[in-house]
Amino acid sequence: MNHHFEIPGSYKKWTMGLIIVGVIALLYGFIAFHPFEHAGHGANTNSTRFWASLLQNSVYWLLTVNAAMFFICVTTMAMGGWQVSMRRVPEAIASLVPVLGIICFIILMIIVWGGRTDIYHWLDKDAVAADKALSGKSGFLSPWFFTIWSAITIGLWSLLGRKIRTMSLETDKHGTMDFETGKKWVWKNTIWASLFTVFFGLTVASTIPWLWLMSIDPHWYSTMYSWYTFASTFVSGLALIAVFVIYLKNRGQLEYVTDEHLHDLGKFIFAFSIFWAYVWFAQYMLIWYSNQPEETRYFVDRIGTAQQRGAYYGIFMFNLIVNFIFPLLILMKKGTKRNWTIMTFTAVLIVFGHWLDFYQMVMPGTVGDKGELMPFEFGIACLFVGIIMWGVGKTLSKHSMLSKNHPFLKESMIHHT
Amino acid sequence: MAGGIKKFVVGSFTDEAVLFPAVKNVRKAGYKIHDVYTPFPVHGLDHALGIRETSLHTAGFIYGITGTTTALGFITWILVKDWPLNFGGKPHFSLPAWIPITFELTVLFSAIGMVLTFCYLCTLAPFVKKHHFHQRATDDRFVMAIECTDKTNDAEVQSFLQSTGAQEINVQVAETGWWIGTYDREQKLYKEEKGY
Repeated sequence: MNHHFEIPGSYKKWTMGLIIVGVIALLYGFIAFHPFEHAGHGANTNSTRFWASLLQNSVYWLLTVNAAMFFICVTTMAMGGWQVSMRRVPEAIASLVPVLGIICFIILMIIVWGGRTDIYHWLDKDAVAADKALSGKSGFLSPWFFTIWSAITIGLWSLLGRKIRTMSLETDKHGTMDFETGKKWVWKNTIWASLFTVFFGLTVASTIPWLWLMSIDPHWYSTMYSWYTFASTFVSGLALIAVFVIYLKNRGQLEYVTDEHLHDLGKFIFAFSIFWAYVWFAQYMLIWYSNQPEETRYFVDRIGTAQQRGAYYGIFMFNLIVNFIFPLLILMKKGTKRNWTIMTFTAVLIVFGHWLDFYQMVMPGTVGDKGELMPFEFGIACLFVGIIMWGVGKTLSKHSMLSKNHPFLKESMIHHT
Repeated sequence: MAGGIKKFVVGSFTDEAVLFPAVKNVRKAGYKIHDVYTPFPVHGLDHALGIRETSLHTAGFIYGITGTTTALGFITWILVKDWPLNFGGKPHFSLPAWIPITFELTVLFSAIGMVLTFCYLCTLAPFVKKHHFHQRATDDRFVMAIECTDKTNDAEVQSFLQSTGAQEINVQVAETGWWIGTYDREQKLYKEEKGY
């Protein structure tokens, strides 16, 4: 069996097509939306919409590809062996972290240093000085803290991810490991994986969603928000891994990946869809129950009130159905988790569903009730999907798709759920 | 209760690696395997025996759905129809507040329902007895019981079982179902009844 991935013509065509569609959307935005015209809050919706859409997509796709590295790290730390036969796929997805990280960082910097108060209201110095709540947060929500912490975050994600990838590639050069070498190698992996996970907790599971997304509504806060973002991106990262694994298996590659591995991926997606719903509910119910005006504001902007339905009511409800009810009912049975077609369908649905989730997280606080889901928004999404396809294809084709000297490979080959 | 009294040819194996080909060969030869008793769960044995997938999950889903509807229906009836109360100005039909209870009842119903169904399917209950083909099936032996019909030549089955690597082969006449009582007395009863 050939473990080398040769990028097929159709893959290249799709990658190029998506990137071209994305670039056209981006150019259209540049020309039609006047993105560099300075706009106050709600003054120039199209200009706001341009940056809000870029923010939504870059943050979503960056966190999603980064979740692939988190997947490697948690399975490594749990001494998991089953994922080894397809481990190079999440590695390839995670190789996008520096690329999307730089794109995301540039977008964030333009928003912050361009003084886009329509995106981040806390950039407005006069408004902050006059506002007790905002001036109290000004140490955290300041351009300098934002810049430095974002740079450290993206840099460390990339570096730690790169280290783990390098250790995986090293095994290809050396021969089969004996017991002692294998033990040492696994231990070294565990150390680096735990370092990544700790930093992941400090960023994705706490500060980064506060800075990048929650600060869009600077008065509002929720302790569940970062968990919510983490759950959202982790499940879509798992779905992305599943999509690529299924694609490669469909091309007759990834010899040792069987129904059993797909079943385990399905269980992961199933479990974390429920986890996402749990966190969604934990955030929603407490706010609904205590009914404090400064807290309910967030949901009033989305679903509206009993008297008047909000602009995002449909998306908000669809989000729940597509990200919770569908995976819950579809992936409940053993047969569906082992069915390659149904898994493809569900995984694509989840990646789209959580993209929509991020849409409803970003838009109400930026463009107000004038949010639109038009070809422009989908075009920007196409651009990012194209970049991910390009990066994954390139990384996969560079090295063997089987980490053949991994000490746990045998465990993965005979894996039986 | 009673599955009926039948005759079995019983053999025990010491090794899984011998057991699997033996199961395959016995089935290929056309004999009916009543069951294989193992001291621990053996992966893939159910497939080798050709036992169908359990429907316990489906039962669990149905119990869960029953729990969901019970919770939602009951709370709705109480708080909307029978005894409406004003909780902080919330509407009487306040779905978010009921979700935790609904979730708990779903889990409770499906868990208890599945445990009871599992016990029923495995005939596990206090004072319920089943025939043991070989005591060491609970310790270190894999015990295979082949069911005999009127036409089965049990000497032939015994020698065939011998050829697959089984040890301690014998013929037993036993109750296939369960009963309430003690082991020895029942065993004696069969013998008298059947005239063996």
